[in-house]
Amino acid sequence: MIFKVFKKQELARLHELLAVNIVVGPVVKGKDRNGKPLYDFDVVYDFNELALDYTQTVHSPKRFVLPYHETLSTFAVSRDGWEKHVDLNVYRPLVFFGMHACDINALNKLDLVLAQSTYPNPYYMGKRKNLFIIGIDCNPEPQCFCRSMGTDSAIHGFDLFLTDLGDGYFAEILSATAFDLLNQISCKDPSAKDLALYKQATNGKNKHYTAKVETSDLTKILDLEFESPAWDAWGEKCLSCGTCANVCPTCYCYGVEEHVDLDLTHASKTKSLHSCNLIDFAKVAGGHNFRPTSASRLKYRYYHKHRGFVEAFEESLCVGCGRCGAACLADITPPEVIASVRGKE
Amino acid sequence: MQNKLHFIDVLGKGAGAHRKQDPGSFEYTLPAEITSIYQLTASEKLYQIQIIDPEQRNRFSFKPGQFVMLELPGIGEAPFSISSSPVRRGDLELCIRAVGNFTNFLAKVERGARVGITGPFGTHFPLEKMQGQDILLIGGGLGIVPLRSPLLAVLENRSRYGRVDIMYGAKTPTELLFTYQYEEWRRFDINLGITVDKADKSWKGRTGLITELLKERIAQTASLRENTYAIVCGPPVMFHFVCKMLTEAGLPMQKMFVSLERRMHCGRGKCCRCNIGSTYTCLDGPVFDYWSVMNLKEAI
Repeated sequence: MIFKVFKKQELARLHELLAVNIVVGPVVKGKDRNGKPLYDFDVVYDFNELALDYTQTVHSPKRFVLPYHETLSTFAVSRDGWEKHVDLNVYRPLVFFGMHACDINALNKLDLVLAQSTYPNPYYMGKRKNLFIIGIDCNPEPQCFCRSMGTDSAIHGFDLFLTDLGDGYFAEILSATAFDLLNQISCKDPSAKDLALYKQATNGKNKHYTAKVETSDLTKILDLEFESPAWDAWGEKCLSCGTCANVCPTCYCYGVEEHVDLDLTHASKTKSLHSCNLIDFAKVAGGHNFRPTSASRLKYRYYHKHRGFVEAFEESLCVGCGRCGAACLADITPPEVIASVRGKE
Repeated sequence: MQNKLHFIDVLGKGAGAHRKQDPGSFEYTLPAEITSIYQLTASEKLYQIQIIDPEQRNRFSFKPGQFVMLELPGIGEAPFSISSSPVRRGDLELCIRAVGNFTNFLAKVERGARVGITGPFGTHFPLEKMQGQDILLIGGGLGIVPLRSPLLAVLENRSRYGRVDIMYGAKTPTELLFTYQYEEWRRFDINLGITVDKADKSWKGRTGLITELLKERIAQTASLRENTYAIVCGPPVMFHFVCKMLTEAGLPMQKMFVSLERRMHCGRGKCCRCNIGSTYTCLDGPVFDYWSVMNLKEAI
């Protein structure tokens, strides 16, 4: 891996170089009831809009690779039959300026199931492969349990990763394009002092992790506690609204619908992201619902994230960003749910 | 403009060449035509569907137990078990009950309609392993539909298999499917046992649960341990009782197969709607051996 350091004012120059492409980054969208800024990812036209010291965005960067609604195909329908047209809905590369390690890891996890498994999904791959990602280090929020999930640092899945050293940035370079870019700004190889600052920044961050999830033997515990009354208690609280899946950086479940145009000559097939907490998730034609209770659906969500995905891909689907807990209207957080299932209230 | 990033076209020339699965095939539907429709009962119809392009039709191959996604452009797409023999390739037969939005629309469709077929998807019954062995085919209600494909495959090579028993239960005699084929099946030395929950005036056959039929069959042989395979398909409650009886009769778990039903939106292990815990019914199923099912929470 190649490391470089550059002065803070050079970052604007880096943005300027990349601005010939579409740049997406964290921006302030408003204020919450306590007056704290609310951040989200959006297209950035001016470097000053970028809020690189953001805490956490409300939504994950998922929508740029998995749009909430997406047209999969369109049909030209006539009396003699139909013709299908497929459009991947991706036309140009996208620069992500300032993504935290958890979100980078979330994309890596989505790659496992959507790009590297049987039937790779071209709609996802087309968008994912055309991302240029600049990661940035973060200060853990109270809800972050990424350390427990092993996703507090990103090893791959980005082009450039920046760590704030006070007056400059420590850059980790993973792609030739990123290396070429850094050559166009004023940067130098890290000195012993830079290295010391880098280590100091990393160590300082460690103190801030407060939320924890005990993951040892979690797959087995979840299996053994399948009938645990804890699930019913959480099910009682859960509103089955699907907000958790909405903000989750790794929830990828969807439903497909088809529509006919009013003139009956065209039709379209659209995909919308769904949530396993919604009541109709596993309901089949004829009315049978395989998960009729909110407890069974909430349980399934934890099973998929912390057991099923581990079984299939050797790692959990959860990155510990804590967005689901922060957004939950019923204050259900993964650390609490898992602790209660483990019998540690 | 030197920093304009290079656009990568994932479906471009050579992009998928090194992949086991070509991403271009993800949303590819084979144009097909409904060539004939038979009304089997009040709510079920048998649709004969032919892939239009002769080359695609011959290249289409599936194994008994697999399913296809049937698409009516603009109306929807849904998964259906294939009921025809694998020898007939892209000349498919799908038995469909009008029960939801898609199937109720399909029930109004006439012969000659252009539909789309994607697939085949999923796992299949291991008929090659079953050669030389006795086979129990146990179906309840619509469960007979996925059993018809392995049955037809067995009939075509009848001498390769031992004793074959079909046990089929329906709610009423009017709901029995494929009645016109029972005589033909019997001619092929198949023991066909049929039972209904509620008889009507014309019904001369058995009344009662399918487990009664199974009990009699089990009593005829000393043990099912050595040379028997079973395929079970039906409503969840039937799985419980039938699989339990078969296990008690000595049938090893890995020789008992079930075909499960779940909601599916993609058939390709992407939409998660058919997940049972970690398992995709569309990729790892719909055919599971009983051991795998026992290991899955909330499967049956």
